[in-house]
Amino acid sequence: MNGVHDMGGFEDMGPVTHETDEPVFHAPWEGRIFAINRSLLALRKWNLDAWRHQIELLPAIDYLRLTYYERWLEINEQLAVKHGLIAPDELVAGVPDDPRVPKTSPALTAAVAAGPLGRGIPSANDPAVRPRFQVGEPVRARNINPTGHSRLPRYTRGKAGVVGIDHGVYTFPDTNAHFLGEKRQHVYSVRFSARELWGERASARDSVCLDLFEDYLEHA
Amino acid sequence: MNSTHDHDHPHQAVPSDPALRVKALESLLVEKGLVDRAALDLLVDRFEHQVGPRNGARVIARAWTDPAFRKRLLEDAPSAIAELGYTGGQGEHTLVVENGPKVHNLVVCTLCSCYPWTVLGLPPVWYKSAAYRSRAVIDPRGVLREFGTQVDEDVEVRVWDSTAELRYLVLPERPAGTESLSEEELAALVTRDAMVGVTKVAAPGEKP
Repeated sequence: MNGVHDMGGFEDMGPVTHETDEPVFHAPWEGRIFAINRSLLALRKWNLDAWRHQIELLPAIDYLRLTYYERWLEINEQLAVKHGLIAPDELVAGVPDDPRVPKTSPALTAAVAAGPLGRGIPSANDPAVRPRFQVGEPVRARNINPTGHSRLPRYTRGKAGVVGIDHGVYTFPDTNAHFLGEKRQHVYSVRFSARELWGERASARDSVCLDLFEDYLEHA
Repeated sequence: MNSTHDHDHPHQAVPSDPALRVKALESLLVEKGLVDRAALDLLVDRFEHQVGPRNGARVIARAWTDPAFRKRLLEDAPSAIAELGYTGGQGEHTLVVENGPKVHNLVVCTLCSCYPWTVLGLPPVWYKSAAYRSRAVIDPRGVLREFGTQVDEDVEVRVWDSTAELRYLVLPERPAGTESLSEEELAALVTRDAMVGVTKVAAPGEKP
């Protein structure tokens, strides 16, 4: 989806403001929503790609207006309702509709949370999935405009680059975000010259590397 | 309801204050048994106090003092980083990119906020900001200058846009004049910003 979240190349977003001795969370609620978010993800009703897409679906004006963790709050409410974990009126009331309904067991208990932080990205090593592109090969980012979730930034579409690294095999976000399967495929680091992306204003020496899924690429 | 107010848009019935909304959401989820309050406490504590850029700084200092470790780190970062006890959570597929006399690396996530949590903790606000995410790819040298970092014209600026599940950590150049420092003293010089690539590591007493 061509949305404001796909920000690479905009120049009207103001200066980068740097805070010294910045706290991890600026208010206690930021930490709480961060932790709630991880706990809800652990229920596996949705996946990280669907989660990212939910943020992208925020209207542009809200996306830009809300702070980072306000966005997290917004979409955790939305996802919990969308996937039937809570009813909209429960959200309003702040209490369960029927307190007699037996509680489920949280997927993420303190004992689990105390363990490794992994979120179970499967191994990228899968010899059964053959790569279509080789390291050193010239490629072009396809000029596609998916209407759903995608991780192909607009600023690379139609541009030519060179495969720098074959990262192995990963789940395809464009299908996984919509629960349409994992469509596992190779991801490549593709190096684009800054001039190819931005023209003469860029330094002839500079480059931008992106990790692109095989379906985003074609032979150049 | 006001008679002029008859259009049919949904009204926000929940409190607009995020603190109140999060509190309400948390109690509801706890009541329903969907989240465990002790797990929430533990996660907050972990990300506030245990995971953070000091982990990454120790990795960098080790790489500066132990050439065999540096080699392992560049070839297989997750395994090398795990040698220091840091594993999992946005670090399973970490790559380390090395700064040198010919190349300066800079990390960004233009699409969201991908960041190597295992070694750097949660990203700072500027990393997640629209300003950084949008300009780091089109004007990296301008962004670097705003951080007070000058990269010579004959050095390549290489930007890594984290668009998939790979996470990037910059191995900065070891500052001159630090030959006598211990690994621990070196780690104290390494900043989060240098490991994202927006600054260089300054020698002791030098302004970063």
